[in-house]
Amino acid sequence: MTPSTIELTPTAEDRRIARHAAAAIVLTVAEAAIPLPLPGVKPGLANIVTLVVLARWGWREAVWVSLLRVLAGSLLLGQFFAPGFFLSLSGAVASLLVLGLAMHLPRRWFGPVSHSILAAFAHIGAQLVVARLWLVPHDGVFYLLPVFALAAVVFGLVNGLVAARLLAELPSSPAAGSTPVSATPQPGPLDREADHPER
Amino acid sequence: MAQWRALLLPGDMMVVAAGLVVCAYAVLSLWRGGAPDGAVVRAGGRVVAEVDLNRERRIDVPGPLGVTVIEIQPGRARVASDPGPRQYCVRQGWLTQAGAVAICAPNEVSLSLTGRAADYDSLNY
Repeated sequence: MTPSTIELTPTAEDRRIARHAAAAIVLTVAEAAIPLPLPGVKPGLANIVTLVVLARWGWREAVWVSLLRVLAGSLLLGQFFAPGFFLSLSGAVASLLVLGLAMHLPRRWFGPVSHSILAAFAHIGAQLVVARLWLVPHDGVFYLLPVFALAAVVFGLVNGLVAARLLAELPSSPAAGSTPVSATPQPGPLDREADHPER
Repeated sequence: MAQWRALLLPGDMMVVAAGLVVCAYAVLSLWRGGAPDGAVVRAGGRVVAEVDLNRERRIDVPGPLGVTVIEIQPGRARVASDPGPRQYCVRQGWLTQAGAVAICAPNEVSLSLTGRAADYDSLNY
């Protein structure tokens, strides 16, 4: 094999982001197999990873993990550039913005559960706005708001609790650069793909 | 269970409660089927008043027999008094559903409630 003229040397941070993104992508794909009562109501298990990364590694890494997950997850599910992709993307961007604000709430009072629920509301809010403006140009979409809001509270609570538990139980030694999520698959092709963003 | 409870901080409980309040508010404001949002008063077939149901007021509507008094309250409306002989429209009492109509035929006055989800598309006599 011809040696590449461009040498990309991933830093520890790159590897960490790639591992977390891979874990989130696995959860996204696994979640797609769960039958859903209503289109749009999803547990959003991958957000557990985002919450853990946010708490432990900060907002910037959470943004990377979340957006890589949306991108690669949609590629794997054949949703890339389909309406669902833009809904996911808008929800993820809104959630990340809200998380960026929510993480500055006093830690003594507000934990991952608060972050999770607030982000879930931002998620449904952005998705409903995009759906209303683009996919279903009718106020009828807002008729489903109560269902989405309840789902945001319930799944936000569950995801937040799982994230809080993971944060409490996993060793907090960042030195090893080991992934806090045990469900991480072998860092394989996804790992390399996630490393591509040039930096 | 207690292990999980310990992960909930006081602020988290507040956020959960606030989320549930938002849910309840969304249900009440978006799923109120048939709630009226306005009233239309006609005399002799012409619309003489179109009002919302947000605040209390009285409307006097002149007709061939005299004055019919319409009373509006938040969320409901009625014919308070009418010079007609049989008083059907007065005895109908408060109208609370979108699409509900009270007709004082002798005095040619009608009161109907409008709303997004009216039970009838139109009424014909």
